Amino acid sequence: MIMATGITTDPMLPQPYSVRDVAKETPDTFTLRLEPEIAVNRSSFQPGQFSMLWVFGVGELPISISGDPALQDRLVYTVRSVGQATHALVNRRVGEGVGVRGPFGTGWPAEAARGRDVIVVAGGIGLAPLRPLIYQVLQNRDDYGRLLILYGARSPRELLYRKELAAWARNRETQVLVTVDYGGLGWRGHVGVVTTLFKYARLQPAPAVAMVCGPEIMMRFVTRELENQGLSRDNIYVSMERNMKCAVGFCGHCQYGPHFICKDGPVFRYEQIRNLLEKYEL
Amino acid sequence: MAHRSEHVLGVDQLGKLIGVLARKGYEVIGPTVRDGAIVYDHVESAEDLPAGWTDEQEPGRYRLKRREDMALFGYAVGPQSWKKYMHPAEVRLWSAERQGGTFRILNNEVKPQRPHALLGARACELAAIAVQDRVLLEDKYRDPIYDQRREGAFIIAVQCTQAAATCFCASMGTGPQVSGGFDLVLTELIGPEGHRFLVATGSDRGVEVLTELEAVPATEEDRQQAEAGVEAARQQVRSIDTTGIKELLYKNFEHPRWDNVASRCLTCANCTMVCPTCFCTSVEDVTDITGDHAERWRRWDSCFTQSFSYIHGGSVRTSAKARYRQWMTHKLASWIDQFGSSGCVGCGRCITWCPVGIDITEEVGAIRDGGKDGNP
Repeated sequence: MIMATGITTDPMLPQPYSVRDVAKETPDTFTLRLEPEIAVNRSSFQPGQFSMLWVFGVGELPISISGDPALQDRLVYTVRSVGQATHALVNRRVGEGVGVRGPFGTGWPAEAARGRDVIVVAGGIGLAPLRPLIYQVLQNRDDYGRLLILYGARSPRELLYRKELAAWARNRETQVLVTVDYGGLGWRGHVGVVTTLFKYARLQPAPAVAMVCGPEIMMRFVTRELENQGLSRDNIYVSMERNMKCAVGFCGHCQYGPHFICKDGPVFRYEQIRNLLEKYEL
Repeated sequence: MAHRSEHVLGVDQLGKLIGVLARKGYEVIGPTVRDGAIVYDHVESAEDLPAGWTDEQEPGRYRLKRREDMALFGYAVGPQSWKKYMHPAEVRLWSAERQGGTFRILNNEVKPQRPHALLGARACELAAIAVQDRVLLEDKYRDPIYDQRREGAFIIAVQCTQAAATCFCASMGTGPQVSGGFDLVLTELIGPEGHRFLVATGSDRGVEVLTELEAVPATEEDRQQAEAGVEAARQQVRSIDTTGIKELLYKNFEHPRWDNVASRCLTCANCTMVCPTCFCTSVEDVTDITGDHAERWRRWDSCFTQSFSYIHGGSVRTSAKARYRQWMTHKLASWIDQFGSSGCVGCGRCITWCPVGIDITEEVGAIRDGGKDGNP
């Protein structure tokens, strides 16, 4: 965040933002567009970073930024209502305030991926933190090789960004594959876990970089499959999640083995956490 | 070192030292007897110090006992560490008021406060302060609350001249000899020459304070007696073999001993509260009954609670086994990766104040040598 003089840069202080739009993605997931109440705050972030969002009188929690990094007048978040704070967040009305701290953490390797194929693998709400990266690749189409998006959700009604998925697929050198765990009547797409999509993917491993976000169990199997497909561990990136209170490395909650998710992550090179992914209750 | 010339202060000068510090604007915090323990609190004069008291410590046991002499620092360590003052258990980060549909943040500055003079810091405690400095000041972000308290503090170290049965600083390389990180360092000397303190300075501030006291040059006998005292404190019954300890604990993520210790551990979090390096906190938002005024408080938290690792869907570490393993592996192994040193300074508080007497030195030994059943 670029701060004008007189505005504190204390990372523990929420900055006032206003809700400008709330769009329903699925029955329990909403995308919020926030704009700063103080116009001088501009919202520069790297795809993959997160913010701490605070609802007055309810609480605060970490949410990945899901918007377009080129649009610096706003911050966009896709939130699934699973608890008290997320419920309050998705029920904010247009014009109401939300406190924002951040952005925090590491981003996807958008620069390192230049000139290479980009493989995006997402599970469920895990597509949200990858969407800024997808925007960035599509806006700078010539800087990257092929873009491959593999996306799995539990059921068709839980698919995020359905219109955008279709629009992304119309870009050149872009393949979008979608699968669901349970299809139901009327679903004519793939059924199965996301790793089953690899057999339909036009994948050229050598110059590719893969970025993965989803439930831990899904990431364990996706990373394994990417290795089977010939990607080196150095070219696979994953985004991790743990409890977070401060987002600046002081509260200790987000420790993951030797790492703090808030400052060393959330995006890690697979090699960094490969030995931790399969540890139960770490 | 320029500051190293040693002097001797009579015991009567200790009260004067407290007075000088108070006059210079410090709030003097030192050891005092309360509720059957030696705790750190405000001291007004030398009368408040625990004259003639010592502590007896064993796993899960702490008792005060009368000494045969009137030593003021004749104990090892009490339940509290200086963390109580540097990294307070509860602090308000900010408050906010509702303004229509939005809010305004109030009271966000770190309030200026009277700097502390810490009287009686042990070698292990200075090591613990250095560990917390690394975590809270020298990483990616600086904690302004710790920063202010740490910056202003005047530290009077006191050499240990005896060890408790729970002490293992010698094996952790943090003590018993105080070697830096103080403004003044005292060694209490009691003998035919009287009750006195060998004193050395560690900073210009320390020199300034010492010049206001009636100090006489130390003799060779004073020095020898002080060395003998520290040597006596080196005799410790407990130790941790730290050879390759990071790899040892990483390699033994699965080990039957974790189940064994989990069958005893109450996950009460006492060890993390008394630990001088444990830094974890939580934030809690408090709203008043009108709903118009909110405050955010930072409070000590512990990896032994289930809520500590809660993410949507449930806690990551539900079992006592996972929580004890997290604490010990962090303290002794991942801390090294994170901050370049062990998180354990060997003060032994976690052993003494564990209600069931779990002994970290014994647990490490069992992991190192233990058989399949996890028994040592």
